[in-house]
Amino acid sequence: MSDKLGFTIDGKECEADKGRSILEAAADNGVYIPHLCFMKKLRPVGSCRVCTIKANGRNAAACTTPLADGMVIENNTDELNDLRRAIIEMLFAEGNHFCPSCERSGSCELQALAYRLNIMAPRFPYMFPLRKLDATHKSIFIDGNRCIQCGRCVRAASELDGKEILGFIGRGGKVRVKASSTRGLAGVDISPNDECVKACPVGSIIVKETAYRVPIGQRQYDATPIGADVESGKA
Amino acid sequence: MPKPKIATCSLAGCFGCHMSVLDIDERILKLAELVEFDKSPINDIKNFTGECLVGLIEGGCCNSENVEVLRSFRKNCKILISVGECAIMGGLPSMRNGIPLKECLDEAYLNGPSVVDGQIPNDPELPLILDRVYPCHEVVKIDYFLPGCPPRADLIWNALVALLTGQPADLPYEVIKYD
Ligand code: SF4
Ligand code: SF4
Ligand code: FES
Repeated sequence: MSDKLGFTIDGKECEADKGRSILEAAADNGVYIPHLCFMKKLRPVGSCRVCTIKANGRNAAACTTPLADGMVIENNTDELNDLRRAIIEMLFAEGNHFCPSCERSGSCELQALAYRLNIMAPRFPYMFPLRKLDATHKSIFIDGNRCIQCGRCVRAASELDGKEILGFIGRGGKVRVKASSTRGLAGVDISPNDECVKACPVGSIIVKETAYRVPIGQRQYDATPIGADVESGKA
Repeated sequence: MPKPKIATCSLAGCFGCHMSVLDIDERILKLAELVEFDKSPINDIKNFTGECLVGLIEGGCCNSENVEVLRSFRKNCKILISVGECAIMGGLPSMRNGIPLKECLDEAYLNGPSVVDGQIPNDPELPLILDRVYPCHEVVKIDYFLPGCPPRADLIWNALVALLTGQPADLPYEVIKYD
């Protein structure tokens, strides 16, 4: 019996290895499924729902749903893209995203998804919450204003760096990432080269004195949309 | 047929978006062929002279005067466009939004390190500051949004030409940016 599974995505005939998630299987075939909390090498948790697709007519998170033989998958449809747009817009409205002054602007995955999905302004009212900044560490800070609670840093710290130094506190809309020390980041063993630092998709975890080095126009997503690497087979 | 009219204003903004309008360079001559400028800081016309087709709004609403001007634009312009991050989401001025107003005023006028004999301004001539900075579409209906800080000149140009000529807008990936 073959180890390959056949499926279609937006009508395109595809094939992928057994054991792949829908998101990975699509990428293997040069199809980009927008995603935010998923990151290669990390255990997927399916928390942001940006990767929602329709598998055999039912909505599912592509990052946590295993591919099955003969699946009919919808991805790049108006309905699904509008759902993704709504999620991205909610993330913009529930935090404080001042892109013009953000260190990560131009290479931020949240912003890049908004560009790719053609968001001109969120449909939801801005909440302008009061959020904290942890600038206690000499070379790294966490800016809660821009955190989207994707948990990539928490998972990377534990799964890749082997250090339980970051975690979530609070519940529901109040959930926040925090360093596991009463002294904040200054009290934990973290360094700029750690995977947990690189895992942040937005401008929440920033290495000090590294920002604004790349001129506007040449940053990661200035001219090339997010996902273009997958679509050109270079990812 | 008389030319359609366009009006512009800067509310709680820095005039950067207006600079970006000027940044369309020599195309401004073409724009002058397509439209007539009504109330705008560009020509210093202070009051509307009649119904305008397009109103460009820079900046959000941080005081009562901003709200009044924005409402007069809504009344006098058929199509209202939020231009730039401040109009769309409050921008830099709205960084005060999570902080209670009294604390902001105290810090600026009483406790700031460079303040001598401070006093919170309360002259009746001054517009009242709002409890927070409001994006324009939370005050009146806005028809279109042109993001950027400032929006790229090409974005403003392409959008205006599309509106004035009734053609679909050509908005390439590179021109829609939030910074
Ligand atoms: S984290 Fe991304 S979306 Fe948020 S302010 Fe920074 S660049 Fe903008
Ligand atoms: S700090 Fe960054 S990686 Fe961690 S949860 Fe927030 S957005 Fe995600
Ligand atoms: S990427 Fe799949 S749920 Fe976040």
